[in-house]
Amino acid sequence: MAETKEPLLMVRGLKQYFRVSKTFTVKAVDDISFDIFPGETYGLVGESGSGKSTTGQAIIRLYEPTAGRIVFNGEDISGNLSKQQSAMLRTNMQMVFQDPMASLNPYKKIIDTIAMGLDARFPHMETKERNERVYTIMEKVGLSKSQANRYPTQFSGGQRQRVGLARALIMNPKLIIADEAISALDVSIQAQVVNLMKDVQQETGTAYLFIAHDLSMVRYISDHIGVMHLGHLVETGCTEEIFENPVHPYTKSLLSAIPRMNPHVERGRRPMEYDPKAFHIRYTEGTAHSLTETHRVLATDTEFAEWTQ
Amino acid sequence: MSERKQILKIRDLSVSFHTANGLVRAVRGLNMDVYKGETVAIVGESGSGKSVTVKEVMGIHTPNEVIEGGSIAFTYDSGSGEKTVDLLTISPHFMQNQLKGKHIAMVFQDPMTSLDPTMTIGKQLMEGMMLHLHLSRKEAAGRAVELLQMVGISDPEKRLKNYPHQLSGGMRQRVVIAIALSCDPDLLICDEPTTALDVTIQARILQLIMDLQKKFNISVIFITHNLGVVAKVADYVNVMYAGKIIETGRTEDVFFDPRHPYTWGLLSSMPDLSGNKEDRLYTIQGNPPNLLNEIKGDAFAPRNPYALEIDFEEEPPMFKINSHHQAATWLLDPRSPKVEMPDQLRRRIEIMKREDASNGGN
Repeated sequence: MAETKEPLLMVRGLKQYFRVSKTFTVKAVDDISFDIFPGETYGLVGESGSGKSTTGQAIIRLYEPTAGRIVFNGEDISGNLSKQQSAMLRTNMQMVFQDPMASLNPYKKIIDTIAMGLDARFPHMETKERNERVYTIMEKVGLSKSQANRYPTQFSGGQRQRVGLARALIMNPKLIIADEAISALDVSIQAQVVNLMKDVQQETGTAYLFIAHDLSMVRYISDHIGVMHLGHLVETGCTEEIFENPVHPYTKSLLSAIPRMNPHVERGRRPMEYDPKAFHIRYTEGTAHSLTETHRVLATDTEFAEWTQ
Repeated sequence: MSERKQILKIRDLSVSFHTANGLVRAVRGLNMDVYKGETVAIVGESGSGKSVTVKEVMGIHTPNEVIEGGSIAFTYDSGSGEKTVDLLTISPHFMQNQLKGKHIAMVFQDPMTSLDPTMTIGKQLMEGMMLHLHLSRKEAAGRAVELLQMVGISDPEKRLKNYPHQLSGGMRQRVVIAIALSCDPDLLICDEPTTALDVTIQARILQLIMDLQKKFNISVIFITHNLGVVAKVADYVNVMYAGKIIETGRTEDVFFDPRHPYTWGLLSSMPDLSGNKEDRLYTIQGNPPNLLNEIKGDAFAPRNPYALEIDFEEEPPMFKINSHHQAATWLLDPRSPKVEMPDQLRRRIEIMKREDASNGGN
């Protein structure tokens, strides 16, 4: 089971602050901890501005984390990176972005876009082998070999996101950070991409950090879920624990805000309002309280007693 | 539901666009009805022609557009009795001065681009009222404060002097709704008003639109691709595909008794919280058709696993299922083989019905 496995990614007390001026610092991510196990999907949800994207970017080291420890693949990657660590990180962790058009170079054929990782890591690889590898990956994500010499504009949104996924997969990463990877797509295409990501995971055993604000989609893909609000990880647990037994009022309000598909139920339903000030919840005073092995919630002792009674 | 007064009647609307690649037939013979005080939702993928349709209603034209035919009859109270006009034939001047803002108002998807960043929101709110309702600046300012209060903005007097960038996305969308409602329109068009917003804020904005609709008894056309939103707000649903409405009916009809294979696909591909966490989401294979090409038969046929031979030959007419439910698929023809909706969807609908019986709320 998950408990006996060594986590692939261990985040402990991660803080990411941005100093705007002498007197004002944005605490985008404030003391969050979670684990991702090999071959599993961790869904990170929250409203915009809650720090979920920043978390992803801090983990892949687009930022210098202010404090905290990130252990990936057995190595501490939160401090200055040595050359080997950097190489390990760049090959084993990849990212898929939200807007497939903005994240692909319009002047590059997609075969070159997908092969970029290979070109950087193995500059002496023979062209034939390089192309072969690209074709294999393209097939895996449902693109045909004949499309390799096209440019991004010649693809539809869903296909472009497949290219983005192929680019991430070519290095055989252990972890892929998907930052709102499906938010920009149409509903029917979203389902295609989510299914594809699941298939790829089964085949290659890669883990995902799936960042999204659409909880219903996250439910389908994730094994574990973390709920973020205002830079704090307010609740984390297995998908079932979060959906069937939410403890934190913010998680509850987030769940109640998702429109149900049933018109009879949905019409009269009023979603739960949530305002931390009105609830007198101060995140900074809370500590992590464990309900089960995996299910943790950020609360003070009195709040915890109140929510779980 | 005693007598329903029709305020919008679209018949056989066809709109095309000249592009560098040729003529794109965006809307191909669309019929739609809107009644007083009711909400009609249009659902469909991007590119299905939802926005083009409502832009014709709103009189927003682009230079490369060709209206190939059809009519949009709009009935409104002109002050001196009821009046019906064809929105496609009236002059732009009449549209601008008499209808836009006053009788038909629109809320767009992105609240940042639909507000003028160089004007205070107070000025933008008052503009329409001063023009259409002939209010003085002072009266308009007073009403603007009321409107902001109504849409749930605190400190309205202060907010009047704010610029759009000083407000959050949800607040901006509230301002846009306040502007749309400032002249008591008969018809409010919401073009994906919550797509750019977070789920929590989306829920609040939807509730706001519903509350205001009840209060003022206005008709709403609601464009969205989120079926959960449709379930919440709509009385009637039109499912659009490739420039045509392929299924129309009451919300209950479409959710509990869908008939068109495309509607089946749409409903099954939506993740839902109720029911089991299935391992795979249903997907509609392939991509929407390119409207540059002539479409022969049913536009959905190439993606339709239930397609009959005739689907590739001849376009299906609208088949009536009951007085308020119609669908355009040959499967409803008495001569066609009996095809049932996919099992997964049937199970889900059964769960929904059960959920319904067990609890009315929550």
